[in-house]
Amino acid sequence: MTRAEEEVVIHERKTLGFWIYLMTDCVLFAALFATFAVLKNATAGAHGGPELFDLPFVLIETIILLTSSFTIGMALLGSVRGYKKQTFIWLFVTFALGIVFLSMELYEFMVLISEGYGPQRSAFLSSYFTLVATHGIHIAIGLLWMAVVIVRLWRHNFKKTDINRLALLGLFWHFLDIIWIFIFSFVYLIGGMA
Amino acid sequence: MFESIQQIVFGRLTFEDFIHEPIMAGAGIGMVGALFAVIIGLTFFKKWKWLWHNWITALDPKKIGIMYLIVAAIMLFRGLADALLLRAQQATNGSAELLNSDHFQQIFSAHGSIMIFFVGMGVIFGIFNLIVPSQIGSRDVAFPFLNSVSFWLFAVGMILINMPMVVGEFSNAGWLAYPPLSGLEYNPGVGVDYWIWALQISGIGSLLSGINFFTTIIKMRAPGMTLMKMPIFTWSVLMSTSLIMFAFPILTVTLGLLALDRTLGMHFFTTMAGGNPMMYINLIWAWGHPEVYILVLPAFGIFSEVVATFSKKRIFGYTSMVIALVAIAFLSFTVWLHHFFTMGAGADVNTLFGIMTMVIAIPTGVKVFNWIFTMYRGRVDFKTPMLWFMGFIVTFTLGGLAGVMMSVPAVDFQFHNSLFLVAHFHTMIVGGVLFGAFAGFAYWFPKFTGFMLNERLGRYAFWFWIVGFLLAFVPLYILGFMGATRRLDHYDPSLGWQGLFIVAGIGVMLICVGVFFQLLQIVYSVIKRKENPAGSDPWDARTLEWATNSPPAEYVFATIPTVTTRDAFWEMKQTKKKPTEPEYEDIWLPKNSGAGIIIGLFVLIFSGAIVWHMWWLAVLGLLGAIVTTIIKLSDDEPDYKLTAAKIAKHELKLKLKLQEKTV
Repeated sequence: MTRAEEEVVIHERKTLGFWIYLMTDCVLFAALFATFAVLKNATAGAHGGPELFDLPFVLIETIILLTSSFTIGMALLGSVRGYKKQTFIWLFVTFALGIVFLSMELYEFMVLISEGYGPQRSAFLSSYFTLVATHGIHIAIGLLWMAVVIVRLWRHNFKKTDINRLALLGLFWHFLDIIWIFIFSFVYLIGGMA
Repeated sequence: MFESIQQIVFGRLTFEDFIHEPIMAGAGIGMVGALFAVIIGLTFFKKWKWLWHNWITALDPKKIGIMYLIVAAIMLFRGLADALLLRAQQATNGSAELLNSDHFQQIFSAHGSIMIFFVGMGVIFGIFNLIVPSQIGSRDVAFPFLNSVSFWLFAVGMILINMPMVVGEFSNAGWLAYPPLSGLEYNPGVGVDYWIWALQISGIGSLLSGINFFTTIIKMRAPGMTLMKMPIFTWSVLMSTSLIMFAFPILTVTLGLLALDRTLGMHFFTTMAGGNPMMYINLIWAWGHPEVYILVLPAFGIFSEVVATFSKKRIFGYTSMVIALVAIAFLSFTVWLHHFFTMGAGADVNTLFGIMTMVIAIPTGVKVFNWIFTMYRGRVDFKTPMLWFMGFIVTFTLGGLAGVMMSVPAVDFQFHNSLFLVAHFHTMIVGGVLFGAFAGFAYWFPKFTGFMLNERLGRYAFWFWIVGFLLAFVPLYILGFMGATRRLDHYDPSLGWQGLFIVAGIGVMLICVGVFFQLLQIVYSVIKRKENPAGSDPWDARTLEWATNSPPAEYVFATIPTVTTRDAFWEMKQTKKKPTEPEYEDIWLPKNSGAGIIIGLFVLIFSGAIVWHMWWLAVLGLLGAIVTTIIKLSDDEPDYKLTAAKIAKHELKLKLKLQEKTV
């Protein structure tokens, strides 16, 4: 096997490893969802989801995140075809959308906390904050990773390894999107119904 | 003013935290002293460079495996010392005044956590690293650097769990730290936090390792080795790592939630504001029961290799062995509730979990019969690994029967939290996992050192172990029937338990003699190594790892073998194919990297700082770990080339050396 052939095999290996990692992350979120389901009604006399959630606001968050999943796909297509400018533009758009999503989430948290509904208030709020923030932390890690990928693509002029890594980042980003869809459906929609 | 600055800088750490009662202080001073002795020794013999280049920065799985085994061995001594103290306390019924209640509780919590996380997990990952790559005809694992990170996270966990001997206290809430006892309300100190972070960090290491070995087995098998041609040990590792991938994220979440309760004042498991302590017990056992199988499946794999090799027969019922492994792996997720039948989930739920627990005994029974049928009409050679197997199959069957007894919910109401339970799981874990590790150690030792272990001393060790083991745990079964609950630091003398506790104490002492003989065996064998060279295949074995040199070269296989049947190496020997002059190729091996230990150190700073509430330091540690990771992953040349010419030269040298010896 030549080195070039071997590098293809190594990339396949990494892709499988990354998929498996994503599945373990899925189990992690499953445990958090289960926790939320158990504690959903444990509001300890305080407000629950229907009174606290601002659904139109969360809908905008959702649309932003889903759009970013589309834009990172465009960036990936561009990088594979060698359209450098397109790749950067779409990556910057994705990054910006990620930042906006994260800021909106933090704002939502701050409003809740300032109204006295912090994670210490009730078991329901503990599980809500933990589940949503765990997703948020993943998004933050994704953004950090994206920044590194952007810098490396720029510096090393679209090296094969960096394009491969962008593909893995794409997987990660789509995965977070799917998790968010579950959060939106189970936490906000079902949890927000009176 | 001064106090608030002190609080910001040192969190809740004060001078008093360094002051301990005599036994703990002695252990702490001993530990620090030993560390200093090692440091001085390394400096005196100018071995730092050797240590750094050959071990600490190594990405070679053979070296990482040996480091795992060393850490696990040290932790086995720690756990054994804890066991001795516990037994001394119970045999004397507290009259020796060795331990007060609080210290007794810390010791049984430490004993359990250390034995499972740092001995059990340590030995299985050590053996994975040493055996799996070469058994599937590969040179390395899928992600060599990740492997190093896993090991150092494991080592960091080990340091964290031992740190209370020097500063602070350990958890007194048992090895699984049930809330609300482990919550802030009843345990405001640092003990439970130490427990949480030691397990959290090493658990993440285990998860990464699980992904790594799973990918290795799926993607890196030698050409021709289909799944149903894999050795049983590899199959057991595949199943064990699958369980790791499903179970360990649950542990991460559970510990994380407990940490949030304790550090940020949330209410997952508290008794206030809607918290639900029973949810913790469900979550922790949803990880905890598969964990038992994560540990014991590889032991089953080792025994399968040992029995086949020493009976000079292929394993009986290969397909049923594989199906049994898969079935056990699947079923292990359906029985967790049997750990708390008394929770009051109701008759229906208890019945379901009781039946599932009985069902899991079936594939396990299949395996036991397969091993016995492998021996049947075989030419059985009772070498040390085989002795461990014989010890295992007797104790494991007895312990398994006790387990089936407890799977009946109505009966379990009697046994719950009694010493009968303690005896049961020790029979399974010592008799299963530890004996398996010892068998594997004796079996594969010559492969990795190039010389044999002394048989006679090995046999002494085995007999002291097995007699000590039965003396230590059979009394506990009886005491359980008599109503003795676990974790008692004293009891009413009129109950008449003391005699049996004394017998159990004597048993532990015999185990210590066994451990002494194991140590002696290693030292003696190292001294006499010139007289007992192993050769590449001392046991006339069946699987590919024996097709390598002893010890294997860094690149393991000069040319990757092609597999056509099960027991590939055995087949090669039978057909006696004259090896054609091999064509060597250039190969790439990972360069050494110090990033693993540096990330580990930053994580240690991070988690230690959280335990003591030094927030600035925690942020620093986290940043350090992230930056190191980014820098390391930006390295575009992680591999170096070993040219074909160099391999040819090395192989020739080995061949000449071998001829010299035989002449």
